[in-house]
Amino acid sequence: MESALLIHRLHFAFTATFHYLFPQLTMGLALLIVVLKTIALRRNDPAYDEAARFWGRIFGINFVLGVVTGIPMEFQFGTNWSVFSRFAGGVIGQTLAMEGMFAFFLESAFLGLFLYGEKRLSPKAHWLSAVAVFVGSWLSGYFIIATDAFMQHPVGYFTAADGSLQLASFWDFVLNPWAGWQYAHNMSGAAITGAFIMTSVGAFYLLSGKWTAHARIFVKAGVIAGCVFSVLQIFPTGDRQGKMVTDLQPVTLAAMEGLFQGQSGAPLVILGQPNDQQGKIDNPLEVPGMLSVLTYKRWNAHVRGLDAFPKQDWPGNIPLLYYSYHIMVGLGTFFVAVMAIALLLLWRGRLFHARWMLWILMLSAPFPYIANTAGWMTAELGRQPWLVYGLMRTENGFSKVVSAGNGLFTLLGFMGMYMVLGILGLFLLWREIERGPVEEHEPLSNLQPTTTAS
Amino acid sequence: MVTTYVVLDGFDLGAGAIYLIAAKTDEERRRVLRAIGPVWDGNEVWLLAAGGTLYFAFPQLYASSFSGFYLPLMMVLWLLMLRAIGIEFRTHLENPVWRSFFDVVFSVSSILLAVFFGAALGNVVRGVPLDATGYFFEPLWTDFKLGPQVGILDWYTVLVGVMALVTLTAHGSYYVALKTDADLGRRARGFALLCWPVQFFLTVSAMVATYFIRPDIMTNYGDHPIGILVPIVVVSSLAVMLWANPKGKEKLAFVASSLYIAFMLVGAAFALYPVVLPARDHRYDLTIYNTAAGNHGLSVGLVWWTFAAVLALAYFAFVYRMFRGKVQVGEGHY
Repeated sequence: MESALLIHRLHFAFTATFHYLFPQLTMGLALLIVVLKTIALRRNDPAYDEAARFWGRIFGINFVLGVVTGIPMEFQFGTNWSVFSRFAGGVIGQTLAMEGMFAFFLESAFLGLFLYGEKRLSPKAHWLSAVAVFVGSWLSGYFIIATDAFMQHPVGYFTAADGSLQLASFWDFVLNPWAGWQYAHNMSGAAITGAFIMTSVGAFYLLSGKWTAHARIFVKAGVIAGCVFSVLQIFPTGDRQGKMVTDLQPVTLAAMEGLFQGQSGAPLVILGQPNDQQGKIDNPLEVPGMLSVLTYKRWNAHVRGLDAFPKQDWPGNIPLLYYSYHIMVGLGTFFVAVMAIALLLLWRGRLFHARWMLWILMLSAPFPYIANTAGWMTAELGRQPWLVYGLMRTENGFSKVVSAGNGLFTLLGFMGMYMVLGILGLFLLWREIERGPVEEHEPLSNLQPTTTAS
Repeated sequence: MVTTYVVLDGFDLGAGAIYLIAAKTDEERRRVLRAIGPVWDGNEVWLLAAGGTLYFAFPQLYASSFSGFYLPLMMVLWLLMLRAIGIEFRTHLENPVWRSFFDVVFSVSSILLAVFFGAALGNVVRGVPLDATGYFFEPLWTDFKLGPQVGILDWYTVLVGVMALVTLTAHGSYYVALKTDADLGRRARGFALLCWPVQFFLTVSAMVATYFIRPDIMTNYGDHPIGILVPIVVVSSLAVMLWANPKGKEKLAFVASSLYIAFMLVGAAFALYPVVLPARDHRYDLTIYNTAAGNHGLSVGLVWWTFAAVLALAYFAFVYRMFRGKVQVGEGHY
């Protein structure tokens, strides 16, 4: 049974982590494409239309990968976690079905129009189809977050006679207070991915001296959006999310921060390795009292450590949880710094010639992916040992009828399949980037006379 | 929901099945993909939405059937992925080797999916080895007999699987004929013509076989004479297909084929009702009563579900309208 549990957890973790590489860019780009299309429509500037079309192509490839890796997610609730589904399906089935009914239909119907219908539609109608794709993808995000929020902080349910959870209040469930801040934090994270990728491609073009007119649009839009969302990511969304964890999952907070012993004026660990055998942080670099300030806004407030909780309720993998959280926070700080400097240079009109900064922006592309993944790992590892917080333990939720052998078979199958998908996806994205926003020999729009096609 | 999915995604699965043979040149293949390109993804969303709806309305059924059909479902997922990238990634490179590769990926996965969906239907009608816990697990196959240890594939489910393949092939052919012209349209029509006698023969044999393994299938038809409508529609839509196709009335043939598929499924559901997943041992049948979610959840769900379904129909009507007419190469992406 032990190994079956591990296989089923890895199965979901692997497919979910791989899947979320795509939607974060989809959701981030959907927003930025709407911005580009809006500017194109208002200024009647074809360069912005070309920019939107280019990102539409990237979006399209990314979207396909998001859809094909997303279908298994919905299925796995039943295939690998059937006991959990029977237990909680009466509640979380609502949001998962709503995602399909409200978000997917909207998104997929209008994506076809957006990508292939530009010639058949008026500019306004085409803009509207971009907005519909944006709304669809962001709605989809909300329903998934609401589902996860129920697992983190169950509300709006009652326990039926057969022991299963059933919906008691639709609005309490859908408007779970946990979901609000988690959604804001998550979507801001997706916007950061979109902004960094757009900036990175723009920086790459500027550094290689190609499509520089479009590249300036990309960098400008990316840096402004990146700066806004990097700040929002920390305050208020990250701060409020941390507050919820402090109040509702205090044991998770202690594990995330590596606080083995509760204390007044608790320090914030910046670096150091949790030593879970001896219950301390090795090689700590700490800011004294800071954790108390961040959690309770007082220097000497008492923060409960892991020792305040029974060991069976501790998150199972404390070091991994600790590292995920610290990587997320560290990168989040890095994003603010990079984008603030870039914005300053942009404002002073020096960014497009500051090659060192363009190099940094170009090479930063992978970091938002790492930060978003680490963030989700923090949320989901932090929820352990619970599958539905306080109601069902993870070890009781998986499909007892699916043996470890069968689970491993499909896990390996997914690994192989996703490796192929990943290679194909990267290859095709690279080709789109290499082909650029417009044909190089085509005359560029007359509003961009500085462009040189090399 | 499931019926809508089968009718809609059925034609693009079927189009995939005839794709390698009917569409010979790159230009013709691109026309087939253009015909299904703007809509296949939306059609597949019906599958997701149907899965989600099943989850919220009948969580127990969802849990039991998805874990019990673990292996075939995972394979369906892989096939769906392969098919999606076959359609979408094919056109990204001009290279003929790249294109041939994805042509085969697309076509083979479409064919296998059609067979799998048929086999799944066969499993549901035949019954699965549910026990007192309400769970079961079926291996892919055992001895291909309907013994106590059944697998996903046995002679009966394979029969239904082949019937599904032929039915969807015909369905896809009608659609391709409807959406294209010249040689390609003619070949698609010829294909559908070829399918017809096989489809007829398999329909009859599947019905006889079903009666053999589940004689109680007729109870509901005996109790509710309205059920007689089902075989009438099935037989007459078969007749319409035979008549309309050679006359070049592609639209009529396609509608008849859709009706045929819809009523075959309705017929099966009608016969099983109120059972939704029959057990080999009837004491453990899953019915709409012992699998449904709580009352409040269902009644709330009905409100937003209806609202969302109306919205979805509106989008699709709009998108199909935008992409109506015969397709030409050179327009858009495929």
